Amino acid sequence: MTTTLPTAPTAPAATMPRVRRSTRASWVGLAVAVPLTVVLALAPYYLDRGSQGSLVSLFSLVVMASMWNLLAGYGGMVSIGQQAYIGIGAYALVYLTSTAGLGPFVAVPVTMVLAGLVAIPISFLAFRLSGGYFAIGTWVIAEVARLVIVQFDSLGAGAGTSLMAFNDLTPGRRIAYVYWLGLAGVVLAVLVTYLLMRSRVGLGFTAIRDDDLAAASLGVRVTRSKRLVFVVAAMGTALAGAMVAASTLRVQPDSVFALNWTALMIFIVVIGGIGTVEGPIIGAIVLFALQQWLADLGTWYLIILGAVAIVITLFLPRGLWGLVSGNGRVRMFPVGYRLLAPAGRGVTARGEAGSAAPPAERP
Amino acid sequence: MIWVNALVQGVLLGGLYALLAAGLSLMFGVMRIVNLAHGTLALGAAYLGYVLVDSTGVSPFVALVVVVPVMAVVGYTIQWGLLNRALAMGGLAPLLATFGVAIVLAQLLQETFSADSRTLQVGTIGIRSFSIGDDIFVGWLQLIILGAGIAVIVGLQLFLSRTGTGRAMRACSDDVETARLMGIDSRHMYAVAASLAIATVGLAGMFQGMRTQFAPASGDMLLIFAFEAVIIGGLGSLWGTLLGAVTLGVAQVVGAQVDPSYGVLIGHLVFLSVLAFRPTGLLPKMVTA
Amino acid sequence: MSLLEIDAIDVHYGDFQALFGFGMRLCEGETLAIIGANGAGKSTLLKTLAGQLWPTAGTIRFAGDDISRVPDHRRVSRGIALTPEGRRIFRSLTVEENLRVGGYRRRPGPWDLRSVYEAFPLVADRRTRLGANLSGGEAQAVAIGRALMSNPRLLLLDEVSLGLAPVAIAEVYAALPAITANGTTVLLVEQDVNHALQVADRLQCLLEGRVVLEGTPDSVSRDDIAAAYFGISEEHA
Repeated sequence: MTTTLPTAPTAPAATMPRVRRSTRASWVGLAVAVPLTVVLALAPYYLDRGSQGSLVSLFSLVVMASMWNLLAGYGGMVSIGQQAYIGIGAYALVYLTSTAGLGPFVAVPVTMVLAGLVAIPISFLAFRLSGGYFAIGTWVIAEVARLVIVQFDSLGAGAGTSLMAFNDLTPGRRIAYVYWLGLAGVVLAVLVTYLLMRSRVGLGFTAIRDDDLAAASLGVRVTRSKRLVFVVAAMGTALAGAMVAASTLRVQPDSVFALNWTALMIFIVVIGGIGTVEGPIIGAIVLFALQQWLADLGTWYLIILGAVAIVITLFLPRGLWGLVSGNGRVRMFPVGYRLLAPAGRGVTARGEAGSAAPPAERP
Repeated sequence: MIWVNALVQGVLLGGLYALLAAGLSLMFGVMRIVNLAHGTLALGAAYLGYVLVDSTGVSPFVALVVVVPVMAVVGYTIQWGLLNRALAMGGLAPLLATFGVAIVLAQLLQETFSADSRTLQVGTIGIRSFSIGDDIFVGWLQLIILGAGIAVIVGLQLFLSRTGTGRAMRACSDDVETARLMGIDSRHMYAVAASLAIATVGLAGMFQGMRTQFAPASGDMLLIFAFEAVIIGGLGSLWGTLLGAVTLGVAQVVGAQVDPSYGVLIGHLVFLSVLAFRPTGLLPKMVTA
Repeated sequence: MSLLEIDAIDVHYGDFQALFGFGMRLCEGETLAIIGANGAGKSTLLKTLAGQLWPTAGTIRFAGDDISRVPDHRRVSRGIALTPEGRRIFRSLTVEENLRVGGYRRRPGPWDLRSVYEAFPLVADRRTRLGANLSGGEAQAVAIGRALMSNPRLLLLDEVSLGLAPVAIAEVYAALPAITANGTTVLLVEQDVNHALQVADRLQCLLEGRVVLEGTPDSVSRDDIAAAYFGISEEHA
């Protein structure tokens, strides 16, 4: 009794599925983002100083949140110690502009590089831990950073220090310059996140998230990718710290190294949508609106925020952006790959690789 | 001889840290949850004790009888209502959920009690001590706390290794799907583990309140110290947690003897050294997957 | 009177359907073997009986009660025990502790620590050894003993021969008569057809989620089984 094996059908080239990266929504996103950035750039000419200051706050929140999202949403590393780099960024800016004599706008990139250099040895320590213990470990490191810096009288010890770099400028100019610094920071942070995750590193991360070992066996450099993200996040967070110092002009250890910064980052990202480029932006705007709206309630707004974050973690894991975008179908920042069925098949494309979904593991 | 006294004080302090860390270690051991709200919950217990002592005038030791069972119920409820769901969601959810609880609880405590420091008045037992030789002083309260710390660790260890429920918990920790096939309700087991963990943390919080002042912001350091004790000692081993706690206590007190502002920092540095040179800890039992 | 009645169940893993209208009747005291190749749906069936999966259509009746949607941890007290695929021994527990956990929800019956040790001397020798340090054959014996500790009415054995040396497989099957002698109903799932046929009263062969052959070891020929197992039929000749 002979059996004939079925032969695989060879599809003619014209009906092979196509792989595309951008979507209609992403072109819309681009069409909106570019003019918006231009409009924002012109703000010092039509907004008063208070509004500019508020926007700088918003920008620094977006930067911080994007960096935390890079670590946790893409890299799978939850850190509750990012305030270490806010502090390092703030203090570095003060030190570089006063003792090292650099101009403030040169000092900012140098601050970022310094933070990155510090992050490298820290990563070797921190990576010994994983999961929740990694999280607390990063916090201990932040505490050590604070305790070490407080030992230096030249940096103001426990009382803190002031940023003198802008003393020659008029307030109007200073605020405008800080504003442009903030805007540049936001654009940089969002772009870096987007480009990193669109690249092979990003694709590697979606594999790492599902299965470390399998990813490594395919040639994904797991530890190196994680270290890269860790260092980039440190640099971006230090930028946010420099922005904070530049706008408040006062750097105190208990405030720049406060856990509160990380709490804000986490709440923003969780509410906005973890693991997406759009999420931190949405979340920061929501937080900002809540801060204004609930300003009379004092610290109650933090309680409400925390409660909302818990509820969203448990019931809406993809956050507000997940809700709006139909769980990843609409992407203004195209980081994934879409598989389009060949014409004439009548099948709608479903494959979406490279979407940075929150990982679902079983306990 | 002051160094020997510092060593002794460090060991006594280690007792408190062991009490504090036991619950953290248990929750991680059974459910792989790192409870970021651990320190704040300890603080919550201290405040609960404070309210009881303040309103009824009883001694904090009597208040313990109420606070510890209440914390056990709190632990069960948080696990059942919140964390079991977070575990089912998987991924970052448990960590984010406990972080949220920590922040919300800390803020609530601040709103209710303001940022002022309080303490639980225990009377003379908090000051009385006996001396060994000329230079070594052992405070009675500290000794009681050390005793409680050791008792809790031993008790938990015996519970896990000798009782049916403890065995069931360990089975859940190894393989929860198969444990359920044995008829073990994992959700209930997790809640029981959490209730034990939070009850011990309540005890720790009360003792901390008796020992020293506390304020809403103190919760942070409690979590950090508990965590450092667990890591120094080695994951997966309650005896390791005890050893780690004592090591941390000694490091902090000896460090403070060198210079009062160095105490906590030296503790952190010892922790970081263990992380750098012996990352599995002093007495590791668990291979973390 | 049937102990187990499965009525046209469908079982899905997400979008993927593993069982199509599966039906079966099992009488108390019988030993039924379900054979089939990888992916045929055998383990899915046992997982559904153990409550780890719920059928998307159809019903399962055990001792007259509808248990289709009873949670997994409640099935042991009703008398259903599963020896899972791959043994799934608790690694940080000793052999004796593994057995005791099996008895967490004991029903009254002949099986306890002592009788399990008598039936499986291999297990008795290893009672203080950690679950992580057992060989495949030892682990399989412990897994079966663990399931017996609850005194089940229905014992489900999922691929007990998988990954074991022939000697170990023979030992495992040699212990089976002691189990069925007590009146326990056994539903065993196997890729190893020979051993399955030795112990089974009846057999069913699954292919891609459907029953393609039913009978007793005497009434079906090896050729019939091979054809059903691999899905080869006359049309392909």
